Amino acid sequence: MSLNSKIPQGPIKDKWTNYKNSINLVNPANKRSLDIIVVGTGLAGGSAAATLAELGYNVKAFCYQDSPRRAHSIAAQGGINAAKNYQGDGDSIYRLFYDTVKGGDYRSREANVYRLAEVSANIIDQCVAQGVPFARDYGGLLDNRSFGGVLVSRTFYAKGQTGQQLLLGAYSAMNRQIARGKIEMHNRHEMLDVVKIDGKARGIIARNLVTGEIERHSAHAVVIASGGYGNVYFLSTNAMGSNATAAWKVHKKGAYFANPCYTQIHPTCIPRSGDYQSKLTLMSESLRNDGRIWVPKNIEDVKAIREGKLKPVDIPEENRDYYLERRYPAFGNLVPRDVASRAAKERCDAGYGVNATGEAVFLDFKSAIERYGNEQAKIHNIKNPSKAKITELGAAVIKEKYGNLFQMYEKIVDQDPYKTPMMIYPATHYTMGGLWVDYNLMTTVPGLYCIGEANFSDHGANRLGASALMQGLADGYFVLPYTIGDYLSNDIRTGKIPTDTPEFDEAEKEVKERINFFINNNGSHSVDHFHKRLGKVMWDKVGMARNAKGLTEAMAEIKAIREEFWKDVKVPGTANEMNPELEKAGRVADFLELGELFAKDALMRNESCGGHFREESVELEGEQKGEAKRNDKDFAFVAAWEYKGEPADAVLHKEELKFENIELKQRSYK
Amino acid sequence: MNLTLKIWRQKDAKSKGKMVSYQVNDISEHMSFLEMMDVLNEQLINEGQEPIAFDHDCREGICGMCSMYINGEAHGPDRGVTTCQLHMRSFKDGDTITIEPFRAKAFPVIKDLVVDRSAFERIQQAGGFISVNTSGNTQDANAIPISKHAADEAMDSATCIGCGACVASCKNASAMLFVGAKVSQYALLPQGQIEATDRVKNMVAQMDLEGFGNCTNTGACEVECPKGISLENIARMNRELMKANL
Amino acid sequence: MSGLFKSSIGRKVAMALSAIFLMIFLLQHFAINILSVFSADRFNDVSHFMGTNFFVQFLLQPVLIFGVVFHFVMGFMLEIRNRNARTISYAKNNGSANTTWMSRNMIWSGLAILAFIVLHFIDFWIPEINTKYIQGDVSGLLPDGNFRYFEELQHKFENPIRVGAYVVAFVFLALHLLHGFASTFQSMGAGSMRRAKLQAFGKAYAIIIPLGFIFIALFHYFNH
Repeated sequence: MSLNSKIPQGPIKDKWTNYKNSINLVNPANKRSLDIIVVGTGLAGGSAAATLAELGYNVKAFCYQDSPRRAHSIAAQGGINAAKNYQGDGDSIYRLFYDTVKGGDYRSREANVYRLAEVSANIIDQCVAQGVPFARDYGGLLDNRSFGGVLVSRTFYAKGQTGQQLLLGAYSAMNRQIARGKIEMHNRHEMLDVVKIDGKARGIIARNLVTGEIERHSAHAVVIASGGYGNVYFLSTNAMGSNATAAWKVHKKGAYFANPCYTQIHPTCIPRSGDYQSKLTLMSESLRNDGRIWVPKNIEDVKAIREGKLKPVDIPEENRDYYLERRYPAFGNLVPRDVASRAAKERCDAGYGVNATGEAVFLDFKSAIERYGNEQAKIHNIKNPSKAKITELGAAVIKEKYGNLFQMYEKIVDQDPYKTPMMIYPATHYTMGGLWVDYNLMTTVPGLYCIGEANFSDHGANRLGASALMQGLADGYFVLPYTIGDYLSNDIRTGKIPTDTPEFDEAEKEVKERINFFINNNGSHSVDHFHKRLGKVMWDKVGMARNAKGLTEAMAEIKAIREEFWKDVKVPGTANEMNPELEKAGRVADFLELGELFAKDALMRNESCGGHFREESVELEGEQKGEAKRNDKDFAFVAAWEYKGEPADAVLHKEELKFENIELKQRSYK
Repeated sequence: MNLTLKIWRQKDAKSKGKMVSYQVNDISEHMSFLEMMDVLNEQLINEGQEPIAFDHDCREGICGMCSMYINGEAHGPDRGVTTCQLHMRSFKDGDTITIEPFRAKAFPVIKDLVVDRSAFERIQQAGGFISVNTSGNTQDANAIPISKHAADEAMDSATCIGCGACVASCKNASAMLFVGAKVSQYALLPQGQIEATDRVKNMVAQMDLEGFGNCTNTGACEVECPKGISLENIARMNRELMKANL
Repeated sequence: MSGLFKSSIGRKVAMALSAIFLMIFLLQHFAINILSVFSADRFNDVSHFMGTNFFVQFLLQPVLIFGVVFHFVMGFMLEIRNRNARTISYAKNNGSANTTWMSRNMIWSGLAILAFIVLHFIDFWIPEINTKYIQGDVSGLLPDGNFRYFEELQHKFENPIRVGAYVVAFVFLALHLLHGFASTFQSMGAGSMRRAKLQAFGKAYAIIIPLGFIFIALFHYFNH
């Protein structure tokens, strides 16, 4: 099957408007007889469920948590971008579009990104009307901050909890529809397969996580909004339950999986402290505005620090290697996420990691405290301030800016970052890849849609800060409700989809067999045992820097772990009860397949772009020597993989990316 | 460090439960509380026993899923944190730690330490929203200025993560801090005014229907709330309800 | 309006309203009693007025009795509802980590006060009603022609056991008020702006008034 992205004709700024004017609509009376299943209730799924229900469709929403409000969108800190230009600093739809495509290292689809930028302003209007308490200035108008190295202030925020507030907004909209009976909410349910009838997605098989019951749900269309697959690394900033099962199951039923290798590794996370570590915690990258990143110059100092014989504050300036400032004098500590992450890895791989695990670098606020302290002393007219006074004044400024982050760090690490440098290390944070969708957000399976982080669409090879929230809500509130109507207009005479058909029987049988397999396998290792091993391979060989040898090895190793998993996994308890180990087993089984495809995709893409860095593809000379080298001639395409039984046998389909409105340039931070 | 854990085990909602003692050894003080529970579960699985079911998800203190009553306090002895943010350095070698589910008639136990908090969902559905269409065709976001003070205060109320620690800590198992926070968030914003009367009446009526206790202003909820939601939210809800009825 | 008092919050408000009424009454009661320390005559005059004034006797007194009964009945109802809200109690509960003893034990301090009121009724109120409305003597005079009120008061405080009971009861009243005063205003929706001052005032009230009553009892015990 060839890929048809169904991008509307016409100039880019008119595409969405023309599209909306020309699609088929469903009249309100008919919407009442159409059912839609939404899997996942984060920003994308929650907003989609609410809007579709409001339009009049019957929505069945599913989430594995005990409430839609707990979806991991809630953990997003920084903010949400929107081309409002409230600050009058030259922002526009085009500029947001441009920044997003450029930030994605020219690997996203222009038409989708432009539409995203176009509807972004609506999101803010919508959220304010819903009672989202965005930060405001003293005049009572909305405040903005700049974010992620762009040149304008377009990020709206609610303290450091923007994701939470936006999600609660979508959740409140859902609640309104649940109360009206338009959304049938299934909490603590996990989708375990999609059901196709005559080639179209017509329902799902879900497990009730409280009783273990396997349920059939039918609908005229199915929407996957189940988030990203960062937990393939075992350790990530994702929630413990975040999983790829819904996405992977539909992939196995015919939906192509696009660009799995595009993963964002966030540079400012709290390092791992030991083998027991269950997840990683992210700290806002705004810390890099004032923190300086370094490791010791001398390996002896590194050893002494690890053994606790030397304190980081005792290392004199001349023995510190501020490696980002050294390598990237123009941007210094503010280089983009992928560059900062790789540089940290480079130093730690060379043996300069500063904690017991060897995977940490310092983020030091001493200079900032001194600088702010001196400034404050001048402002307050303090003549010849003592060193202690300067530190006190400076620390107060830092506290004002980052107090909550410093407190969080201290709670976790038990060190006072005002007195000793923080330790940070990169961690998997977001996955740009996902199910391939066309302009309508429909996958290659008719009637099966995918929105939010779960799809591949808008961020290319790298996502800008504060854009994930924008995309999730744009898809759910403003895009899908139009595009799905166009499809459903052909279904107004279909009638209710019965669940007592052979297709449902077959899907349910498969699901039950797999569950029974796990329960009866009686192996010798827990699910986590395999998940940790998968994570280690992924991190070591498919992590921040990748090469052909490592990727080939990774594919073989993941396959071996998978085979061992199926032989030897141990799942206690029974199928007919709440059984968290059983839930994990199913998810890890899917990660073990996805991980291999991930490596395969990374192996195929022999270029460095955005979050994907191939050691073979670097600039060999000139100022950019050693930096990532994109290859637009051979790789300006979306890699969409078709499932063929084994991940290694997946077939590649290319969607060529055409850039008609933006000139392709190399990113330079030197 | 080595610890004795006394944990509530209950097979399912219908079964009777009991406290069971476990021993865990070599626990690092850098572990989070839930990582310590992971260690215990791994140990139980290897011994062929059923691991302990507990709710958790984001493990960074924002999703509100984790819900343990540790040594007689919701989310344990530390302040301003959820269970997932509690670290083992809050305990000493040789300690006995009692771990129970959040207890309230309105939060029935599902299994072990997992409770059913859907009562909170129904309260939100009764009025925890602003009835605005999600079309985006609303007025411009800056059309109604909101004072910074009101916006900040609404934000403070809105930071509730819906974990239920307030109910668990309250000697009356009262949900007033949770409901008060939601009522307050909307009461403080102009967008929430139009439905204010019905909202507070409906949410309070639903809260009463769910079987939560009444508030006697002990203030335990405020102390144990991982997000520091203040009692002022309850006072404001009381005012809103009186206003709505007078 | 009727809907209000069916809701949990409405009942809290009702509880608070009756509490405010009782606290005002307590203040008035104290104001009269303290007169007995300074001047027997003034005390007799006011007591006679209160005991024989139609408005006080037939309007305020029933309202007061209603208020007391209402406060107790509501208190018990709240307690029952609140106990039912948690059917399985915690194996380990560290209440002192987040609440005061007073706030957790309002029902016990309340019961102690109830026991005291029973004693108080037996001591003063029942004899009064007996004298005035059953025997029909509303003169307020002793056989010697003096007012009886001060004499009776002094007589009651001769017994050290009774004095001890009074002292204990007022300690409980203080504990009850230490939480109750601020709690009342919180229930009425008093905002945080006023709360710091209210709390301070409440603490003062909760300590000074019961202490005053104790002082009066001891004063008469040692000076009879």
